[in-house]
Amino acid sequence: MSILEVKDLKKSFGKTEVLKGVSFELNEGEVLSIIGSSGSGKTTILRCINQLETADSGYISVDGVVFFDGNQHKENAAEKRKRQLLVGLVFQEFHLFPQYNVLDNVTLAAKLLAKERADYKENKKEIFADIESKAKEILAKVGLSEKLGNYPCELSGGQKQRVSIARALMLEPKILFFDEPTSALDPELTGEILKVIKSLAEDKVTMVIVTHEMSFAKAVSSKVIFMDNGVIEEAGTPEEVFDNPKSERTKAFISKFDD
Amino acid sequence: MVVVSEVFKSLFEGFGVSLEIFALTLLFAIPLGLVISFGSMSKFKPLKYFVKFIVWIIRGTPLMLQLIIIFYGPGLLATWAANSGSANPAILWMSSWQVMDRFLAVIVSFVINYACYFSEIFRGGIEGIPKGQYEAGQVLGMTKTQTFFKVVLMQVVKRIIPPMSNEIITLVKDTSLARVISVYELIWAGQTFIKSSGILWPLLATGIFYLAFNGILTIVFGKIEKKLDYYKN
Repeated sequence: MSILEVKDLKKSFGKTEVLKGVSFELNEGEVLSIIGSSGSGKTTILRCINQLETADSGYISVDGVVFFDGNQHKENAAEKRKRQLLVGLVFQEFHLFPQYNVLDNVTLAAKLLAKERADYKENKKEIFADIESKAKEILAKVGLSEKLGNYPCELSGGQKQRVSIARALMLEPKILFFDEPTSALDPELTGEILKVIKSLAEDKVTMVIVTHEMSFAKAVSSKVIFMDNGVIEEAGTPEEVFDNPKSERTKAFISKFDD
Repeated sequence: MVVVSEVFKSLFEGFGVSLEIFALTLLFAIPLGLVISFGSMSKFKPLKYFVKFIVWIIRGTPLMLQLIIIFYGPGLLATWAANSGSANPAILWMSSWQVMDRFLAVIVSFVINYACYFSEIFRGGIEGIPKGQYEAGQVLGMTKTQTFFKVVLMQVVKRIIPPMSNEIITLVKDTSLARVISVYELIWAGQTFIKSSGILWPLLATGIFYLAFNGILTIVFGKIEKKLDYYKN
């Protein structure tokens, strides 16, 4: 069964139609890369699924839970929040919390969430200790064990992005979304982020990655979507899309990255 | 011949009242300012424009005039209502209004005035926080309240410390306006010696009090800024 279903998603900003009917599915453990030029609607897809934008029409479900159904328009904050925990999003610009150190950035949401547990008052110490040891594990995995007490302003861009990946992983989302995770980084720093994502792919974390890193997308993805002007111009395995593109537009786009 | 210690005893008394005005104004104007800032950012347009209108009135007129209106206004309205001879219950009730207590009038007008100034500082601070901070809170499953108090507020505080310290230092000096409606405070304390003993220096000496107190405030705000320097927004 597919863990992510998107059907005929449409979204306009004012008079600009950004998504003109986008449909795709993703199975558990798969990695989907969304490529395409700027303004093609890639980021808007992620923002609609992550409830940062409300689509105009269409259908979105994650792990069988309906996120958006063109017919449903009433918003219940509590339910929206519950759905939110099924997905995680890593932003292009990190959006770390500047006043918290690395460890607190990663644990903050989990600690706030723990307040809702019935045994929070009696077991607060143990719960927080668990959260912290789990956060340290994840931070070790992304290679930041040495930086637990540092503040975001003391980190390099690559380190910041690894913190933000750890922060998203902490809540164990069913699907982890990346919005151009390396675009705000100096070229020499993109490698460390791609390495982290690759290792997550090896751990069978379901991921959707909007990226401009073509060779990376080819290496890590099980599926690739090429977006052009608000529609899916071409979709398939990395081999199909990168090596034997059927559409002229895809060919033209891919060829720009061959060097 | 007046004794210097006598003069300073009076000045300290007056300064005590000035400090009271200062402290009470801060105590009430900060929370009220936060409420007004939320109003001025409200998505409900009528509320937003109503609040902006009030802020415009308060910031657009002298605090001295506001003091006079708050203090004399109720009494004037009562006289007018009593003379109108109307049987309208609202006007009858109005005719029972009394002139407000002087000190209370000072606190009311100072609180309203400073809350409006603070609200604009708060609004600037809150609106200056990047949208990404709210979005990060949302995708991490935080409620809006949690995002505001755990993520945004500290960053707002850091941003508003410099403009707030400016306003607060102005407030120290503005307490002297209470003199206009005959509330005994530092300036008045100094001024009395002109009439009673024919000497001017006590009035000039009041400057030392303002200066010293603002010196302390400057140091305190500097310390707070330094304390929040461990991170950059």
